[in-house]
Amino acid sequence: MSLKRVVITGAGSVSPFGRGSDTLMDALLAGRSAVRNIPDLERIGGLRSRVAALVPSIDPKEIPRKFRRSMSPMSIYATLACYDALAQAGLSPEECGSGLLGVSIGSTVGSTATTEEFFRDFFVDHSLERMKTTFFFQIMNHSCAANVAQALGVTGRILSPSAACSTGSHAVGYGYEMIAMGRQEQMLCGGADEFHPLTAATFDVMNAASVHFNDSPTRTPRPFDRERDGVVCAEGAGILLLESLDSALARRVPILAEVIGFATLSDPSSIANPDAGAMERCMQLALADAGIGADEVDYVNAHATATEQGDVAESEAIFRIFGDRVPVSSLKGHMGHTMAASGSIELLACVGMMLRSALVPTLNLQNVDPACSPLNYLRQAESGDVKVVIKNNFALGGVNSSIVLRSYPHD
Amino acid sequence: MTDQEIIERINSSLAEEFELDLAEMTPETTLYGDLGLDSLDTVDMVIVLEGAFGFKIREEEAIREIRTLDDIHRFVISKKRQLEETA
Repeated sequence: MSLKRVVITGAGSVSPFGRGSDTLMDALLAGRSAVRNIPDLERIGGLRSRVAALVPSIDPKEIPRKFRRSMSPMSIYATLACYDALAQAGLSPEECGSGLLGVSIGSTVGSTATTEEFFRDFFVDHSLERMKTTFFFQIMNHSCAANVAQALGVTGRILSPSAACSTGSHAVGYGYEMIAMGRQEQMLCGGADEFHPLTAATFDVMNAASVHFNDSPTRTPRPFDRERDGVVCAEGAGILLLESLDSALARRVPILAEVIGFATLSDPSSIANPDAGAMERCMQLALADAGIGADEVDYVNAHATATEQGDVAESEAIFRIFGDRVPVSSLKGHMGHTMAASGSIELLACVGMMLRSALVPTLNLQNVDPACSPLNYLRQAESGDVKVVIKNNFALGGVNSSIVLRSYPHD
Repeated sequence: MTDQEIIERINSSLAEEFELDLAEMTPETTLYGDLGLDSLDTVDMVIVLEGAFGFKIREEEAIREIRTLDDIHRFVISKKRQLEETA
């Protein structure tokens, strides 16, 4: 069975910097931080981390109420990002219902805020009389994918992978495989998440959340830096329109990049702690899927969330494959960890780097932790051709994923 | 509450819940045709009205016959008066 080539023809982002892929790229290249102190978090007992990178105010009313009523913020972010990806790809609302387009969008969980709101009311008198009909549609695991498909009239396949921090990458990877196999011609792929204090608490309880920069939020997170102290939680959505090369050429639309490799695997050594060997194996599998050698990679976009163990393990895995040659950076320093969205927001930023011939450095990386392997850490923006990129995501639960992109056309 | 106050509370509650324009909410306005509401909205409308007036109406047969805003106004006014008499 011959596989189809898969390209990216549209990208949409709702990030802590606001709406739009260009907004995101401009902020990243300008070295801005979206991390802020969140005063409301002070009211939560036991939560030490009081920083986050939240999506600034956006107007959701572009989405008709009929569709918006079943959406929590994560679905709103995903839908707006889909609007932008489709517009860039020149895919009309009518074409969304052709059956050729599918959806592969996931989140870490359904809306925790909606669940909290429901149970806050339920526990008053244990009555279900005040439960709205749209409650379930906001908390179900495939809330984002289903809401997007409803809002856009998509009639193809729906997939809603969920693998915590690897969700966005999984969504893209599985969409890529689906198109390669010829099951769909186009797929809206990505991840979305909305901030809830429980997310920050999840990392805080494992001593993996940033807690020492509550009064100087833009100095955290600090991937690979010796002063790093953990994850900063964030929210948003990143959506890529993947499409078979044949379809893109037939539609005569600009091609942003080609997806040439994807790998994912389970690391059963620990549900929480990363393992360099499993990370290395994942990247090697992705390179093998792409049919390229490590020497062909121009840039590694690291998962690097600024945890003590994760950054060390990932640096070791990258060093084993790429040595100290290939430039490496993490985008968490700019906008924190957008969780399920991180894979796809950061991947579309990689596309932006390829298109702008510029590499974004790791914000807040001042002094590399001696425990990290001696990589070519990017500490300032670099310009030059970026033709092949590998992007990592490693999730709680032992779920590793890597995606390889190549510029299009290529030599 | 006067009948007019009841009507105003109904309209403002529905306008907030369903993002409606108060200026376009006349008694003749139909829920499904003019306002574009559907079966899910109808269930939520009952919850909104129960919250706004502090009564239970979900099991009332008469709700199934409601088609216009005027139908709602008359139903709620009747229900309010009925409860006041019982009290």
